[in-house]
Amino acid sequence: MHAITYEAPKSLEHALRLLAAAGEKGRVLAGGTDLLIQMRAGVRTPERLIDAKTIPELQVLSFSPHEGLRLGAAVPCYRIVEDPVLCQHYPGLVEAAGLIGSVQIKNRCTVGGNLCNGSPAADTTPALIALGAVCYVASPRGTRTVAVEDFVVSPGRTVLQPDEVLVEFRIPAPPPHTADCYQRFIPRNEMDIAVVGVGAAVTLDGEVCTAARIGLGAVAPTPLFAREASASLVGKPLDDEAIATAAELAQKIARPITDMRGTAEYRLHLVGVLTRRVLKVAAERARAR
Amino acid sequence: MANKVYVETTLNGETVEFLCEPRQSLLEVLRDVLGFTGAKEGCLTGDCGACSVIIDGRVVCSCLVLGVEAQGKTIETVEGMARDGQLHPLQQKFLEHAALQCGICTPGFLVAAKALLDRNPNPTEHEVRYALAGNLCRCTGYDKIVRAVLDAAAVMRGGTHGVTGA
Repeated sequence: MHAITYEAPKSLEHALRLLAAAGEKGRVLAGGTDLLIQMRAGVRTPERLIDAKTIPELQVLSFSPHEGLRLGAAVPCYRIVEDPVLCQHYPGLVEAAGLIGSVQIKNRCTVGGNLCNGSPAADTTPALIALGAVCYVASPRGTRTVAVEDFVVSPGRTVLQPDEVLVEFRIPAPPPHTADCYQRFIPRNEMDIAVVGVGAAVTLDGEVCTAARIGLGAVAPTPLFAREASASLVGKPLDDEAIATAAELAQKIARPITDMRGTAEYRLHLVGVLTRRVLKVAAERARAR
Repeated sequence: MANKVYVETTLNGETVEFLCEPRQSLLEVLRDVLGFTGAKEGCLTGDCGACSVIIDGRVVCSCLVLGVEAQGKTIETVEGMARDGQLHPLQQKFLEHAALQCGICTPGFLVAAKALLDRNPNPTEHEVRYALAGNLCRCTGYDKIVRAVLDAAAVMRGGTHGVTGA
């Protein structure tokens, strides 16, 4: 790896000063499970690393029925998977965080890093889209918010400017009879990258769906919010017919490529299968609440 | 040569100081600076687990940690498992079950298994396999390793014979 400098700021304000001074040469290091590999391969060549893990503002993990979830960008995935409150309120997000890598990787990797890495196949991103998560981004100019579905602009690239830090995600508290689910397809049991991943969250009033959001991964250059598919469910009973219609609409916005993990045709098929499955599971969970 | 950074850490219970370049991984520091060659370099991409060490109670791939990140942390490596000339029960059971052949993956398996048993003294076979999914072995296969871990867990819980009677 090329020569670098490393800083471990103890506050967000300090981190922003360091990042501003580093300009184009700076990059925030979270778990490092993607970035350090990319630096060794010469894919990314930042010269000044600023460690997100030592910034208290990026380690926030709190839930309240009023505020919902505040998830710091540098919270390692093991804290999400092991948090009983998150398991209760956001099982889909927990499923996504739990699917990433080995125990070793989950002890380091972060949801913020997963998003900032900009991979279209990031597991936690469709789960965040389904939950309507909003990114809080800080810079010397102040704080701005970005919807998760608008954060990645192309493979490996995000809306973050060189002097900006993704601080935390905020996710609304789930209303009554609301639940989420995330599933991915891989050709083995564990330790792989999604061929396709789909997240969904639904709210029920009796059998009628009153809100729904579907996020798609690995089927376009960026993770997608399936807006029309989600809207098609609202106001209808969440039955097989409505779910099938939503799955078809989700397929319509998928623009998958053929690569070593699967053909475009197969991925398109999987979008339908997984959308139906996650909607059914999310609906079952919502009914049970 | 980039400027070296002073780092103070706790390694296997003892305070250790070292100088390293920020680009150096913790694995490189352990092996080439401190002479702790138990953790092995396998893939350097976090897939094989041969470089597993425990930092502040959590098993990680030391190839994906910078040496400078060790500042103020508590690190456990395979070298710290045997105490006072006595093998750790996991090491003893790996021998008894012949849970190794070439041995390159073994330190990583031992450390990952220790991290599991530190947290969960009575894991199911499923839990052992899940906990070791980040460790690759290309010769022994996994069955003997899983049995050795289950047997060591039984011994550590106080049973004298263990679940497989070895």
